[in-house]
Amino acid sequence: MAWQDDVWAVLKAQEIRQVAYVPDAGHSLLIRKAHADPAVAATVLTTEEEGVALCAGAWLGGDRSVLLMQSSGVGNCINMLSMIETLKIPFLTLVTMRGDYAEFNPWQVPMGKATETVLSAMGLLVRAVERPEDAADLVDSAARLAFHSHQGVAVLLRQRLIGRKDF
Amino acid sequence: MNRREAVARLIGGREDILVVTGLGSPTYDVAAAGEKPNHFYLWGAMGGAAMVGLGLALAQPKKPVVVVTGDGEQLMGLGGFATVGTAAPKNLHIVVLDNELYGETGNQATHTGQGTDLAAVAMACGVGTACVVQDLDGIDAIALDAESGPSVTVLKVAQGDDDRVLPNRDGPSLARDFRRHVTGQAVD
Repeated sequence: MAWQDDVWAVLKAQEIRQVAYVPDAGHSLLIRKAHADPAVAATVLTTEEEGVALCAGAWLGGDRSVLLMQSSGVGNCINMLSMIETLKIPFLTLVTMRGDYAEFNPWQVPMGKATETVLSAMGLLVRAVERPEDAADLVDSAARLAFHSHQGVAVLLRQRLIGRKDF
Repeated sequence: MNRREAVARLIGGREDILVVTGLGSPTYDVAAAGEKPNHFYLWGAMGGAAMVGLGLALAQPKKPVVVVTGDGEQLMGLGGFATVGTAAPKNLHIVVLDNELYGETGNQATHTGQGTDLAAVAMACGVGTACVVQDLDGIDAIALDAESGPSVTVLKVAQGDDDRVLPNRDGPSLARDFRRHVTGQAVD
């Protein structure tokens, strides 16, 4: 899980102060780190769209934040993502993918196929991590793009990176 | 209780608080109390007002954050009560102006006049203080501070159309000016 440690180090270096999440196994290390860090407010959500609004509020209050979610949650966010483009504020989300590699569960496939299209349609820039050695650099560059250039940026963590979910 | 009088009594003269409004009538009600730098007006993102307030409250724990929204807006973000109850920020106060109607779309009935008790939902979600206020005098008892939250107050307001008072709806300037007011810094 070394790449996840790298990603956490990047988020800390980028002075992320709030982490909002709907859990996913692929985010479990970041979630544990966030709760263990007294300088970070970690917030569990009931649905991912709450996190879009929460991240907007965090920015208005002077905090950088990140939303952690699974690809199935991207669909839940669509209208709330209007805030990012309308307000022209930074927004960073890390999305663990389902339905794009060796997927066992057909119910995960439709939203997995649509994830990138949906994010792009709502005005976000989308990057994807396929290999562990790229994770830190791509998350770092996405954070800089978001917080310095005031963009909405999503980083997809591909299923091949995270590993197959076996049943 | 008239909603405009209620909002004026709630936030009038309070420059120490940060106010986030829910789209529709609550945005107009807060604007009618005066367009101020400590107000952030939502014109969309239905269901998100309380969560904008939560992110803001976590970023600024010493400043009272007051979300002024409507029953329809809060119903769309009902799960947010569970998130607020769990995060438990002491400086977040959610005030729901409840007229039991979707006012912006032709006054269709919402759930709150038909059995849904938003204060009871909030209490059941672990929000420490949740109550219903029926008259203007009850507003003075609502503590908008940085110590006693989180709270949810449902203000039962009269049905009836007030004039629309339209604040700035240009998103980038709203966000930039409000953030500058909150942090004292230019946007980085």
